[in-house]
Amino acid sequence: MLGRLDWSAIPFNEPLPLITGAVVAVIILAILALVTLKGWWPDLWREWLTSVDHKRIGVMYMTLGLVMLLRGFSDAIMMRTQQAIAVGDAQGYLPPGHYDQVFSAHGTIMIFFVAMPLVIGLMNFVVPLQLGVRDVAFPVLNSVSFWLTASGALLVNLSLVIGNFARTGWWNYPPLSELTFSPDVGVDYYLWSLQISGIGTLLTGVNFVTTILKLRAPGMTYFRMPVFCWTALCANMLIVAAFPVLTSAFAMLLLDRYLGMHFFTNDFGGNQMMYVNLFWAWGHPEVYILILPAFGVYSEVIATFSGKGLFSYRSMVLATLGICVLSFMVWLHHFFTMGAGADVNAFFGIMSSIIAVPTGVKIFNWLFTMYRGRIVFTTPVLWSVGFMVTFVIGGMTGVLLAVPPVDFQLHNSAFLVAHFHNVIIGGVVFGAFAGYQYWFPKVFGFTLDERWGKAGFWCWLVGFYLAFVPLYALGLMGMTRRLQHISDPSWQPLLLVAEAGAVVIFFGILCQIMQLYVSIRTREQRRDLTGDPWNGRTLEWATSSPPPAYNFAVLPKVETIDAFWEMKRRGPAAAAPRYEPIEVPRNSATGFVAAFFAVMTGFALIWHIWWVVILGFLAAAITIMVFGWSDHREREIPAGEIARMEQARIGARGAA
Amino acid sequence: MKQDFVPRAKNWWSGATGPQRRNERSRPSGATRGRTTRRWGGIGWLVGCAALPLASCQRAGLLDPQGPVAAAERLLLINSTAIMLVVVIPVIVATLGFAWWYRSSNPHALRRPDVDYEGRIEFVTWSVPALIVILLGGVIWIGSHQLDPRAPMPATAPPLEVDVVALDWKWLFIYPDQNVATVNELVVPTGRPLQFRLTSATVMNSFFIPQLGSQIYTMGGMVTHLNLLADAPGEYPGLSAMFSGDGFSDMHFIVKAMASQDFDGWVAQARGSGPALDDTGYAALARPSQDVAPATYGSVAPRLFEHIVDETASGQKKPSGAALPSPLQEAGG
Repeated sequence: MLGRLDWSAIPFNEPLPLITGAVVAVIILAILALVTLKGWWPDLWREWLTSVDHKRIGVMYMTLGLVMLLRGFSDAIMMRTQQAIAVGDAQGYLPPGHYDQVFSAHGTIMIFFVAMPLVIGLMNFVVPLQLGVRDVAFPVLNSVSFWLTASGALLVNLSLVIGNFARTGWWNYPPLSELTFSPDVGVDYYLWSLQISGIGTLLTGVNFVTTILKLRAPGMTYFRMPVFCWTALCANMLIVAAFPVLTSAFAMLLLDRYLGMHFFTNDFGGNQMMYVNLFWAWGHPEVYILILPAFGVYSEVIATFSGKGLFSYRSMVLATLGICVLSFMVWLHHFFTMGAGADVNAFFGIMSSIIAVPTGVKIFNWLFTMYRGRIVFTTPVLWSVGFMVTFVIGGMTGVLLAVPPVDFQLHNSAFLVAHFHNVIIGGVVFGAFAGYQYWFPKVFGFTLDERWGKAGFWCWLVGFYLAFVPLYALGLMGMTRRLQHISDPSWQPLLLVAEAGAVVIFFGILCQIMQLYVSIRTREQRRDLTGDPWNGRTLEWATSSPPPAYNFAVLPKVETIDAFWEMKRRGPAAAAPRYEPIEVPRNSATGFVAAFFAVMTGFALIWHIWWVVILGFLAAAITIMVFGWSDHREREIPAGEIARMEQARIGARGAA
Repeated sequence: MKQDFVPRAKNWWSGATGPQRRNERSRPSGATRGRTTRRWGGIGWLVGCAALPLASCQRAGLLDPQGPVAAAERLLLINSTAIMLVVVIPVIVATLGFAWWYRSSNPHALRRPDVDYEGRIEFVTWSVPALIVILLGGVIWIGSHQLDPRAPMPATAPPLEVDVVALDWKWLFIYPDQNVATVNELVVPTGRPLQFRLTSATVMNSFFIPQLGSQIYTMGGMVTHLNLLADAPGEYPGLSAMFSGDGFSDMHFIVKAMASQDFDGWVAQARGSGPALDDTGYAALARPSQDVAPATYGSVAPRLFEHIVDETASGQKKPSGAALPSPLQEAGG
């Protein structure tokens, strides 16, 4: 009846996950109770859960990413603590079976459910506004994407209290992830949650490529698009090209596990290195899917707060496209140590270091954007300057790892761990935080507190260096990654410094939570009535904060790069605009309902509850079909109402 | 077989420290940190924090090479770092300098907010990284070929062949010419090329002796090749550098490098003592076990390595005398 699921799936003998699970359950119940008591359900359902507005979906993506950041970070603190104390004869507090799950979950969650939602959330909110349009190409599909991503996150977190997560690392390499060596449900949790969220991500890619190619304000040619849109376009093209590779690799591994096939097994002609190749054929483009939009954020932030146009826009676009293409030609540098010949290794080593050229060009362009500018040191600028300094170090260690013989020494070492945290924290996370603070007033209509924001930045920056410089050193000294237990006591001082760094980052997170709290408390004083709090250059600042459901009452006419800057320079249009009725998409529960059944199906697949699999799959399919049959998808906002809303907005701006 | 293992040294690593280790450099000094903080404020503190762990690096791993491969790799690391620092340091200085000088509150800064393009600068921004990468590309091409793990060591002495098998969670070393085998202890002569063939009877692992040089994957049903050489007698730590399951953290071994005549003496002594590594012995050894103490086998079933590769690839248990298939499946090639 329930497949492999029984009471033994609940880890009664392990207090740690059980207590965590109980605390999380209490928090969720408290939130649900609050929502019920306050009578917020109808609003929540109408305004958020069934919303297909790209702005709302963007906010939900960001929320998911930030909540999952807390989960991934608690894994990080647990690992640092374990490595700091389990030295010599001490075994620490996490036995291998548990520690292995912690580092696997940390990597999986941080990449798929923190970095991806943060980046996709920013793109969701910003791209249509910057393009000067009213929504993405497929609004309901966008909602489906978000809810499928959230489903994956939910399944991963369910593994905390029902069954267990994978003990294989976040790459899930076979044959360790095959049934022979990982017979329990951990790997299945990993595979099914990533398959479900992967569909969501692929749909996002299709949606945004279509949006950017087909929907732009009148006059916005490709070479008038803001750089953030260019980076979003490249990131989404990478999603469309790379995610099917991951899905196929996982599908083959699932066939191995569920139907006894031999794609990646040791025996019967399986080839484990095929999985490794496929995984990194997705995995390397993936890091550019994350970093390119972050580069876009820095480009916007540095140009805006230097009061200058971005230096050499043309180079910036070319560099972005170059990275996009090159990212598919370097995957083998993740496993130089498999024993390929010198020619193969040298080719991939050189290709990898070539990526440093367009990346270096970008750094120089930001540098020359600041040159002779007037830099206002807001929190987003601190994140950006912190990024530039940190990222060149991470880039340098990355090129070192691209030298095959150096990689023979440093592959899988703590040096490698330090390198990719250097570029992912120093690049993607800093960029996400810069974008969060930069666009927050546009999203909610009030600015975030600068003092707490800056305190958070300094904690993150200092904490990052404290946590990862010791790992660089340990890697050079021969420490490999994923050690549950450290044999060499002379490594302990550095591991304690790294632990201290993680604690400092924790204070940074606390500062950011305080920042949000303080800003919400004092939101009336920090209202942005102009819609343009930073003296911005691109079209998202041309509308009100927060923007109306239709974004722009009249679609802007674009004649240059930095279209809004040019509009401000020319002054307001002489004639009052004529408003016309606007069609906006109706809410749709399709995404939420389909994701509900996707979770059901995924959970049942993990536990081999076949009747639920069939029911859940049918229900999800029917949900999609019902949506397909509906012909009542838009509602019209009459011209009179738009005129009234625009008058109110212009009035508010005049008063400010 | 386990009852035959010699008692495990109380601290695995302490026996592995060569005479070159200098522990006195290890501790960051609290006093230094205090002075730095007061004088330079936040940024100085940051740099100090970053520098202290580096200053506390011990001479171990890559930093203390004991063979030509590791020494060449360290040199390559230093050269590549130096090439890149030529650009990286000016960029960091310029970033901080520009950010500081062009702050909005600086009345002395010259502003040109309208200039967002300059052809000469664009030329420099592309050519500087391109030149660095061209230089580095040459280094990569030459380095990859010189330090190819398959390439035999240039030395006059005939190579010593060692077959390496990764097991759950220990290392088996077979000396086919000497007809002895060891577990978690690799005894090698100095100054003589070491020619490894490697495989795994279980999941993927990576065979790695940091002080001697390159690591390489061991994969079930496949054979990889590695050539190393130890310069000086000593004991060097070895490990698995690819996560392989619950016993991974303690899956390390010790390399004992000794003069050629000492090695011959060790072989003679090993042959005379220790059990035989036959089918039953191997089956017992292959069972998963953790934190395994070093052990020696006095004799080895013929062609055991090929047999293990074949058994792993075919998924069938066969007696070691059974006919062996054709050539081994080579990894990566």
